[in-house]
Amino acid sequence: MSPVLPSLSRRGFLTGGALVVSFALAPRAFAQLAGGGEGGAGPTVVAPDLKGSLKSTPWLDAWIRIDADGRVTVFTGKVELGQGIRTALTQVAAEELDIPPAAITLVTADTERTPDEGLTAGSHSMQDSGTAIQNAAANVRMLLAAEAARGWGLPADQVTTGGDGRLHAPDGRSLPYGEVAARLSLHVQAVPDAPLRRPSDYRTLGRELPRIDIPAKLTGGAAYLHDMRLPGMLHARVVRGPSVGTSLQSPDLDAVARMPGVVKIVRQGGFLAVVAERQWTAIQALRHLQRAAYARTQSPLPADGTGDAVAATLKALPARDIPIMDTGEPAGPAIRTVKARYTRPWISHGSIGPSCAIAQYVDGTMTVWTHSQGTFDVHRVVAELLGLPPERVHAIHAEGAGCYGQNGADDVAADAAVIAKAVPGHPIRLQWMREQEFGWEPLGPGMMTELEAALGADNRIVSWRHAVWSNPHNNRPVGAGGVLAGNEADPPFPAPEGKPIPMPEGDGSRNSNPLYSFANTHVVYHFLKDMPVRVSALRSLGAHLNVFSIESMLDELAAGAGIDPLAIRLDHMRDERARDVMQAAADRFGWSKRPKGDGRRGCGMAFARYKNLGAYCAVAMEVEVDRETGRTLVRRAVAAVDCGQPANPDGVRNQIEGGLVQSLSWTGREAVRFAADRRASFDWSSYPILRFGDVPGSVEVVVMDRPGAPFLGTAEAAQGPSAAALANAIADATGVRLRDMPLSPERLKAALGPV
Amino acid sequence: MTVTITVNGADHALDIDPATPLLYVLRDDLELNGAKYGCGLGQCGACTVHIDGKPAFSCLTPVGAVAGRRIRTVEGLGSADAPGLLQQAFEKEQAAQCGYCIAGMLMRAQALLDRNPDPDEAQIRAHMQTNLCRCGTHMRILRAIRRAVAMRKGVQSAQDVRP
Repeated sequence: MSPVLPSLSRRGFLTGGALVVSFALAPRAFAQLAGGGEGGAGPTVVAPDLKGSLKSTPWLDAWIRIDADGRVTVFTGKVELGQGIRTALTQVAAEELDIPPAAITLVTADTERTPDEGLTAGSHSMQDSGTAIQNAAANVRMLLAAEAARGWGLPADQVTTGGDGRLHAPDGRSLPYGEVAARLSLHVQAVPDAPLRRPSDYRTLGRELPRIDIPAKLTGGAAYLHDMRLPGMLHARVVRGPSVGTSLQSPDLDAVARMPGVVKIVRQGGFLAVVAERQWTAIQALRHLQRAAYARTQSPLPADGTGDAVAATLKALPARDIPIMDTGEPAGPAIRTVKARYTRPWISHGSIGPSCAIAQYVDGTMTVWTHSQGTFDVHRVVAELLGLPPERVHAIHAEGAGCYGQNGADDVAADAAVIAKAVPGHPIRLQWMREQEFGWEPLGPGMMTELEAALGADNRIVSWRHAVWSNPHNNRPVGAGGVLAGNEADPPFPAPEGKPIPMPEGDGSRNSNPLYSFANTHVVYHFLKDMPVRVSALRSLGAHLNVFSIESMLDELAAGAGIDPLAIRLDHMRDERARDVMQAAADRFGWSKRPKGDGRRGCGMAFARYKNLGAYCAVAMEVEVDRETGRTLVRRAVAAVDCGQPANPDGVRNQIEGGLVQSLSWTGREAVRFAADRRASFDWSSYPILRFGDVPGSVEVVVMDRPGAPFLGTAEAAQGPSAAALANAIADATGVRLRDMPLSPERLKAALGPV
Repeated sequence: MTVTITVNGADHALDIDPATPLLYVLRDDLELNGAKYGCGLGQCGACTVHIDGKPAFSCLTPVGAVAGRRIRTVEGLGSADAPGLLQQAFEKEQAAQCGYCIAGMLMRAQALLDRNPDPDEAQIRAHMQTNLCRCGTHMRILRAIRRAVAMRKGVQSAQDVRP
């Protein structure tokens, strides 16, 4: 059975299903940093004493339902993105309810069934939803025990659970949860102090439960939105120019209208789509329409290139200076000062599956199946875009390909809804083509930093200056102006002005504030609101370049003074958990016995605590450089991560391993290319990413054991440290310090000079 | 026109434009989810199936060109209830994140194992070069293929064959 579409028939899809449970939704407002501050309209905090998303949705029946027959349904506003959250949240619920995980059906974001927990972003799902479900389940277990005790005439603390879905009395009497739950209402607010199970008693949490979603993915099961086939479904393709800021001139609509199998051409303002009975027909119609000439309709793109080109583009934009950190302590005189600029070009999310959505308009109600990270935002966007009352829009999450931030998912959902409104009754399946995903998705912003740091006589850092230039990373759509179809409407919904995410989460400023204790630290965010390229969130936001910069600078200082890279880090770190992950990575790597840089081989390490709030991650790696080609191979990499209590250690390892390899690809070879009038990266040959021939020899992940410690988000923790460890290893191997991404073979070969 | 194709051992007669890429026939007509649309250009491998035992990009293969040839998809390797050996190895190694590339990875790897039941690490990596993964699951995919090799040899722990 499909894990994504559990026990729902096709009819269930159409009608909203039989499992719909009613509960009071919290009023929404613009308050909490749910989902890490990305998006806009987060749910209102109504119960500040509660933990995680219980703050905004305190009612137990919003999270957990126990049927009389003992079946348990758990509701989350977060969604599976391939990060394993479905399994992790099931484990959390199973542990605190003290039932087998197989007894639980988990329902993910659905605007008519689940709490609104904002975006599934910012490595917040375990903190927001994991914490909420943990505490809600503890509340439910407490209520069940109290009710059973009342029935038996026992003190509540005499009633125990045994992991089998039954409540037990000391005299051997027992009752199934379902029977006791039938005597209770769970439409009550959680209390903050329901006792949690002791880590030493854990049966499910912290265990390596196999991922629930993997069997279907290995066998061709219905695992993705892309796999949904609804009765009467038609296939659509949206028709646009080659990339954002272009439009087609006089596409040949007449010829396409005559193509057999074409059902409708939808043209509204600047929006154009074709609907056909068969997918291949829709694609052929699209290809015919794309033969039209195109014109650029927006301001020019940045000059093609990396390094200096990125810096020139960003420095030419008007900046608003936001102070991030300013400390002054007495410190000795500077003995050695290093100043450096670091850059990152624009990066594509590069999901393997182009974005897809299905929408259906029946009797004045629009249903949208979406793999957006913001199901509730899709609801708001579609309602505004189509002028529908909110109660006439239903958005349901279904899994897509991995997204790593805001790719085309939100846009394609809005596109599908526009088309479905014009073709009432029929489910409309719309998938973007490969070149549309590359051409129209928001990119990860190009960025630049300038750092200046000084070592004193005792090898202590006596001053640290960090300036970062960046566009906003949070252009998540919260209204119709945030999606392409909104910009193309007549009259258009204007794109909203980008805003920075305030610290401590930050966006371009994320992780620009070092966790290290440096004397005289000055950090400023030069926020650039004018965006020459359509950009939004890419996994880790500004932390990728900020951590790269900080951790590169530490090695630059250390190398100049002959200090060991691990020692300079430990000497400036007071946070014990940070020290522990650095030491754990170093120990497992064999840092003290590592081969010394010899011109070809070398080792590097780096550390960050994501946002200084999330998981701690240290990475060490050994590289081998081919001096003739500049090609760098990672022979082995070791990461250590502390994410608090790991719900599923193998899930954590999978995320860190994946983040490390993805970051090697971003950092080592990726840059979106620009032509004068369009993006010039439109496929995997014009935007090459890491392939098997270039992945590390081995990757090992150490997951720190922190029994019962609060959940810390893991999914983005490896991006920054992996990037910096690569640069540091290359510098150790060759003596060449690369500061501009990508650290490509061409760039390294040029820096190495003739062999 | 009518095109008859053989998929996972079953014949299907389809009234269809023979230029239609096999991918859309598998997905939309035969309702097989395994092969995925990734690029339509033969650059990513998400659509990989076997044609007469050889790995092929179904997104680039017109259905008219495979009439009468043996097509195998990931559904032909096994099911969730009765997974094939390579699928078991991927499950054991939890070798998926989003998993969108994985059916293509399985078919690509299966083609190697069918030809060479005992490939070395370099052969595996070179063979898998055509297939892209964006989640960075590569290390697990490699482990899963090594595990499948070991399972076939009767060795239960892939630990023993890690390079």
